[in-house]
Amino acid sequence: MKKQNLVVIGNGMAGARAVEEILARGGGDRFQISMYGDEPYGNYNRILLSNVLNGSQEESEIFLNPLAWYRENNITLHAGVRAETILRKTRVVLSDDGNGEPYDKLIIATGSSSFIPPIEGLYASDGAYKQGLFVFRSLDDCREIAAYAQGRGRALVIGGGLLGLEAARGLQNFGLEVEVVHRAPHLMNQQLDAQAGAILKTTMEKMNVRVHLKANAIRALGAEHVDGLVLEDGRTLACDLIVVAAGIRPNIELGKRSGLAVERAIVVDNQLRSISDPNIYVVGECAQHRGAVYGLVAPLWEQAKVLADHITGANPNAAYNGSKVATKLKVMGVEMASMGVSEPQDENDEIVQFTEPKKGTYKKLIIRDGRLIGAILLGDISKSAYLTQAFDREAPLPDDRIALLFDIGAPAKQVTVEDMPADTQICNCNGVSKGALVACVKGGKRSPKAVMEATRAGMGCGSCKKLVGEVIEWACGGAVEDDPSVHYYVPGVPLTKPELIKACRERNLRSVSQVFQALAEGKEDPASKPGLASLLATIWAGEYEAESDARFINERIHANIQKDATFSVVPQMPGGVTNPAQLRRIADVAEKYRVPMVKLTGGQRIDLLGVKKEDLPNVWRDLDMPSGHAYGKSYRTCKSCVGTEFCRFGVGDSTSLAIRIEDFMKGLDSPHKMKMATAGCPRNCSEAMVKDFGAVAVEGGRWEIYIGGAAGAHVRKGDLLCTVASEDEVLKYMSRFVQYYRENAKYLERTYGFVERVGIAKIREVVVDDSEGIAERLEKDLARSSAAYRDPWKDLVNAPGPNQFHSVLTVIQ
Amino acid sequence: MSEVTIAPLSAIPPGEGRNFEIAGRRLAVFHTRCGNVYATQAECPHKQGPLADGLVGGCVLICPLHSWKFDLANGQPLLGDCRIETYPARLNDRQQIVVSLPS
Repeated sequence: MKKQNLVVIGNGMAGARAVEEILARGGGDRFQISMYGDEPYGNYNRILLSNVLNGSQEESEIFLNPLAWYRENNITLHAGVRAETILRKTRVVLSDDGNGEPYDKLIIATGSSSFIPPIEGLYASDGAYKQGLFVFRSLDDCREIAAYAQGRGRALVIGGGLLGLEAARGLQNFGLEVEVVHRAPHLMNQQLDAQAGAILKTTMEKMNVRVHLKANAIRALGAEHVDGLVLEDGRTLACDLIVVAAGIRPNIELGKRSGLAVERAIVVDNQLRSISDPNIYVVGECAQHRGAVYGLVAPLWEQAKVLADHITGANPNAAYNGSKVATKLKVMGVEMASMGVSEPQDENDEIVQFTEPKKGTYKKLIIRDGRLIGAILLGDISKSAYLTQAFDREAPLPDDRIALLFDIGAPAKQVTVEDMPADTQICNCNGVSKGALVACVKGGKRSPKAVMEATRAGMGCGSCKKLVGEVIEWACGGAVEDDPSVHYYVPGVPLTKPELIKACRERNLRSVSQVFQALAEGKEDPASKPGLASLLATIWAGEYEAESDARFINERIHANIQKDATFSVVPQMPGGVTNPAQLRRIADVAEKYRVPMVKLTGGQRIDLLGVKKEDLPNVWRDLDMPSGHAYGKSYRTCKSCVGTEFCRFGVGDSTSLAIRIEDFMKGLDSPHKMKMATAGCPRNCSEAMVKDFGAVAVEGGRWEIYIGGAAGAHVRKGDLLCTVASEDEVLKYMSRFVQYYRENAKYLERTYGFVERVGIAKIREVVVDDSEGIAERLEKDLARSSAAYRDPWKDLVNAPGPNQFHSVLTVIQ
Repeated sequence: MSEVTIAPLSAIPPGEGRNFEIAGRRLAVFHTRCGNVYATQAECPHKQGPLADGLVGGCVLICPLHSWKFDLANGQPLLGDCRIETYPARLNDRQQIVVSLPS
C-alpha cells in the first residue's frame, strides 16, 4: 500500500505528541510524515521554560525529542520554516521558503503566542520591540531575557497570572528587583478567587516581589530601550526591562487564511477535525471544542490520543468529550491546586472554606448536589489527590464535609496504590495513568528506569517519580528488577565500590586505562574516568599512575574552568590568614596579568577570575604560593574564626587548628568536595555545624566534632560525632572519618548524603568505638595519602604536559 | 576537500584534545587512547564550551561546561540537542595528523 502524506504544522508539545501517539499506533507504516516548526530546534517541554529562566534546569534537560528522534522515525522536519497557506482544493501546504508539501491528511498544531496588550510605545523606530522588552514564550525568549538581565536593576512583569509570576521568580534570580503589574483585582484570577489571590499577594511580597493590582499599563517609556511604564492611574514605574506575560492567544491566522471555521480558535468536532474540512485535524491550544479552548497540557494529551486513534483507524469511534481541568502548581515555592469553578455559580451551590492567612493556607470547595464542581487549595495541598479524583469522576462526597479539607481524628488515611483506579493519572506532565504503567510492567519492563523510559512517566518535572516507583513496585508484585548500574561506583565498570577496590588491589591496577582494560573489556567510558582516577589515588596514594586525560579539565590543569573558557586561580591561604607581603604579591599578579576580577571566596580565600590558560604557569610562578585546590573533587579548605588569639569570647584556638587541618588535608582526592571549618566558641561564627567536617570549641578545652553538615544546594545541620579533649584528637577522628568516607561513599556523594545513608550511629561505631577494628588502619592510610602530597602548580610549572597551556596551536603546513 | 598536515601525533597526549587554527578556522583535534585521531569544531554548540578540554573515551566526547555528549566519529549528539561539525582525520606514515577540510 502506498503511504499517505501526513503533514503536521507545528512542532510544539501538541504537534509532537500527536505524532508520537500516531507512531505508537503503527502510523509510521501508514503515513509519510513531515512537520513544520517555527523554532530551529527539536521539541521541548514549554512548561519547564520557567525553570530554565530561574536556573533550576539546563536547557538540554527540557528537550522532549531531539533532532535524532525525527530522523529515527523517518519524519521530515522543516525546522525554522513557517507554513504560510493551505491550498485545500489541491491539498498542498505552502511555506515561507517557497516550497510546497502535498498532504492527504493535515494536522494543525500551531499553538498560541503571547498576547500583547494595547500599550503605546512598545516599538522602537525600526518597528521591532524596544530593547529591554520581552515576551516569555520560547527558549529564545528565555535566552534573550537571561542575556539582557545581567547587571540590570529593576524589572517589571506585565501580567499576574501563572506565567507572569513564574517570570517574576526567574527574574529575581538574576538579582533584579521585580514588580508585577496586573490588570485584574487579584493575582491568578483564572485559577483563584479574591481571597486566595490576596493571600498569594502577601506571600509574594514577603519574597520581595511588589504587586500592583488593578494596574493598567498604557505606555512604555524610553526611546530605543525601555526605561519606564506609565499606568492608567497616572503613576510611572521606572524599570530597566519589561517582560510581557499577559496571557496567550491561539495562533489562528493560518486557519483563517485557509478558510476554516474559526471563532476564538479553530472549531473542531469530536474527532478533532476542523468542522470545515474532514482531512484537517486540529490539536492543542489552537483548537476550540464545544466552545472551550484549553491552555493546559493535560487536555492536549487527551486530544492527541483521540486524534491518533481516529486518524490511524485504530479506533474509528474514538471521540473527545472535553476535558475537566484540574491543575496542581507551584508558584514561587507556593503549592496550589485548582479545579473547576472558583466561585459558586448559583445560590444553591454550597461552599466549604477554611483560611489561615498568617500561614498562607487557604482551602475552598464548591459543591453542587453533593458533588465537587470546583476547588482551590493554597499552601497545603495534601488533600488534592482525593479531591481531584472526586472532581474527575463526579463522585458523591461524604456528608462529613470537614473531612474533605483535613485528616482529623483518625490516622491519616492515604489512598494506597492498590485502591487507585487504573485511570488515575500518575504523571501529570506526560499524562501517564496507573493503568499505562501496569501495562508496561506486564509487557516485560520490570525496572523503574525501563518503565519510565518507555512510558515517559516521571520524565517531565519529576515530582511524581516516587509515586511512579510505588506503582511499578506494586505492579511487579514486589519483584522489581534493580537497574544494576545504580549500584556501580561508576556506570562504565560493572562493580560496586568494595568490589572495585578489591579488584584493583588484587590485580594491581594502578591507572585508569588499566582498569578499563582489566574490568570493562577495554571499553572506555569518559564519564567514568574522573571517578576511577579519584578512587585509584585513594587506594594507591603516591603510587598511583596518574593519567592526565582521566581527569576533568579542572584537575588536569589545576584551575577552575569558567563559562568563557578562562580559569580561576585560588592560592592556598590556610585558616584564611594572610599578610601584607602576600596581598601585595597577589595585587601585583592581578595587575600584571590584567585579571578581570579579584574576589573573596566563601572559603576565606582570594580568587583571581578570568585568567587565560596561557597565563596560568606564569601566574603561579609569580604568586609563589601553593594551590588552594578550589576546583577539584577533593578537600577544599577549612574556614575558621579568629579563635583565642584576638577574640574576647574564644575558648579554643580555632585558627591554628584550621591551619593544621589544611596542612594535613590539602589536595586529598575524595568522592566529592570536602569543606571544613573550626570555631573558637559555640557562637560558631565560622559555621562549623554546616560543613562536611566541623570542630567547635567548648569551655574546658574540649572540641565538639560535627560531620555531614551542608549549607549549599542542600542544607543540613551536621551530626555530633563525639566531643574530644584536644586538637590531636580532632585530627585523629577527622582522619578516621575522612578515610572511611573516601573508601565507602559513592562517587559524587557528599558527606551529607553519605552520613544519612550509612547512619550516624554506624559511623560512630566504626570511627569512635572502632567496632570493626579498622580505625588505626584508616588513620594510617589517610596519613599515607597526606604524605604523598605534591603541590600541583609547582609540578605543572616545572613539567607541563605536551602543549598543555596552549589554548590554540598553529599547524605545520 | 583539501588535506592539511596539522601536527605530529605527539603534540596531543593520548586521551586528550588540542585546538588548532587553520586559515582562520578553529578545530579541536583529539587523540584517543586507542590511537585514533578525530577533528571537530572547536566550540560546543550549546554554550561555546571548549571541546578540546573535554573528557574523551572511545569515540565519545563530553563538553567540560555542561556535559553535552557527542560521537566524535560523526558529530551526532548523545546528550544534548545539536550535532557538531566533524572533519575526516588520519595519521600519515610519519605519524603526523592530517585533517581534510572542505576547500
